[in-house]
Amino acid sequence: MSTLEELEEAFLKYRNDPRFRSELKELLEKYAGRPTPLTLSANLSRRVGCRIYLKREDLLHGGAHKTNNCLGQALLARHMGKKRLIAETGAGQHGFATAMVGALFGFETVIYMGEEDIHRQATNVLRMQLCGARVVPVTTGSRTLKDAINEALRDWITNVRDTFYLFGTTAGPHPFPSMVKHFQRVIGQETARQVRAAEGRLPDAIVACVGGGSNALGIFQAFLKDPDVRLFGVEGAGLGLAGGKHSAPLNRGSDGVLHGTHTRILQDRDGQIREAHSIAAGLDYPGVGPEHSHLHQSGRVKYVGVTDRQALDAFVLLSRTEGIIPALESAHAIAYALKLGKKMGEKDVIVVNLSGRGDKDLEQVQELLEQTRGGSKA
Amino acid sequence: MSRYQACFQALRARKEKAFIPFFVMGDPDYKTSLAVVKAALEAGADMLELGIGYSDPLADGPSIQAADLRALNAGMSVDRCLDFIEAIRGFSDVPIGLLVYYNLLLRRGVDRFCRQASEAGVDGILAADVPVEEAKPVLEACKSSGIDPIFMVTPMTTAERLQKILEHAEGFLYLVALLGVTGARGELHRETLQLIRRVRPRTGLPLCVGFGISRPEHVDAVTRAGADGAIVGSAIVNLIARNLQAKGRMPEAVRRYVRAMKRETLLTASRKRSG
Repeated sequence: MSTLEELEEAFLKYRNDPRFRSELKELLEKYAGRPTPLTLSANLSRRVGCRIYLKREDLLHGGAHKTNNCLGQALLARHMGKKRLIAETGAGQHGFATAMVGALFGFETVIYMGEEDIHRQATNVLRMQLCGARVVPVTTGSRTLKDAINEALRDWITNVRDTFYLFGTTAGPHPFPSMVKHFQRVIGQETARQVRAAEGRLPDAIVACVGGGSNALGIFQAFLKDPDVRLFGVEGAGLGLAGGKHSAPLNRGSDGVLHGTHTRILQDRDGQIREAHSIAAGLDYPGVGPEHSHLHQSGRVKYVGVTDRQALDAFVLLSRTEGIIPALESAHAIAYALKLGKKMGEKDVIVVNLSGRGDKDLEQVQELLEQTRGGSKA
Repeated sequence: MSRYQACFQALRARKEKAFIPFFVMGDPDYKTSLAVVKAALEAGADMLELGIGYSDPLADGPSIQAADLRALNAGMSVDRCLDFIEAIRGFSDVPIGLLVYYNLLLRRGVDRFCRQASEAGVDGILAADVPVEEAKPVLEACKSSGIDPIFMVTPMTTAERLQKILEHAEGFLYLVALLGVTGARGELHRETLQLIRRVRPRTGLPLCVGFGISRPEHVDAVTRAGADGAIVGSAIVNLIARNLQAKGRMPEAVRRYVRAMKRETLLTASRKRSG
């Protein structure tokens, strides 16, 4: 607890410190490539019948929005005098972004990753290793993101004095949810500016996928006070919300505590955590950031589900129509935007947060497409 | 007087320290686990620390994680664990502490959980992942159920937090011997002894040391430094893990181990008398 207090104190001290802010701004621009574009997706728009923009976090250095948060926290770690970075990763994007900043700042870096995800995301494992990080396979529980967090927390408890836990999403114990939200707010700030420049007004809807919820909160937070902007968070509905195999704690979970956060979780009647399922490793988590639970309860954000199958179709569709290969996580948001857009007018504007690119998913998608083909023959 | 108070008082009168084994209830199955607990009590265990298996035991190392999994796979639900404690009450009156992760309390309702635990015969509850700042619901539920809230103190606990903990803690204070998760270690950490010396003058509560205690000489060292008891988890759980192919041998293995460890709590007392 005193560790979390130390972290919170440092965060509050530096978040508004002019030097810290200018260092971070410089890194975001010169190292990571911000601002990322807002692309009008012309072919997709024509197909759907409304104006669909993509916020191109896939073009950020590292290939996903995770870099925003990692640069912020690594800078904080340096100011705190820590020597070692640890992180959990699901899809490998957060692990890779942590490995990148670890190399950049000269930290010893250890990444915990579920064995199941190591198999799904081999390319990202190699990326992390190339940046000098040690990738530790986690073999407990469901061998996915949840268990990687458990192991990283155990490491942190053990090596708390010199180690900074670089948490990847807006979940986990306080102050992580507020800190990650803060470092991801740049997505929404840029989007608001860019969409105003392009359309002369705010969008009618914003769609983002939700695992822990950092890319969604990153873009939503700039629009929370504009009631005319409808916000949609897309959970992984896996094999369908009706069955047990999904990653949709907001749609199908209940009140509980996971990883130090009181939120909506997937659990059994005793309170044992249930395993989540999603085609997208980055959504495969039985909890969700606490602020999403609040936004769900207040009704400000509508949370919906997109199945594995729908996400895979959207993955293929965006690649074919726009020449943009999305991450399987982000493909969930695309899939919902397609559905939503059909009900909207042709002048209506939807922004989809394209939180990451799909290079990491190619092997998995190849397997899945082969299975689908094999399946349809049979 | 609570069972804890009575037990520590009796131990003091006999110039002994407490030996407290930890078990995950139902590891490797309900029946064997009960036989193992019984063997430990017959061998001289003064109190019990019992865990309910959990899917995500953050504070635990590999030994206890594996034990949790064995218990859950053997069908141990919260209800079965309460039955288990009632069964122990059929043959023993030692203080029983429950080690539990907060989500299990929350799911059942913290009040309802504590009331049922009390009815089953639990004396203390330690919610492993609840810091004192967040403990209000647990404290209130414990109070209305007559259960002692047990808290952990680590080498990282600041003086201010220690003060907060001491305002609420009852039964005994659980000193965490080292930074990190549970697990048997070869060497006892120097910080452990420093922690005992730091906390000892601050409270009249009995101090029991856990995490990383596995050998008779560890028990000797911590009790000499001023602790009132030693808690051993992973080393005992490892005895169970090692005998999975022959469950019938588990009670005897645990009996032998507890006897050796308990002996150390007596020796310490006699050494102190003579020295």
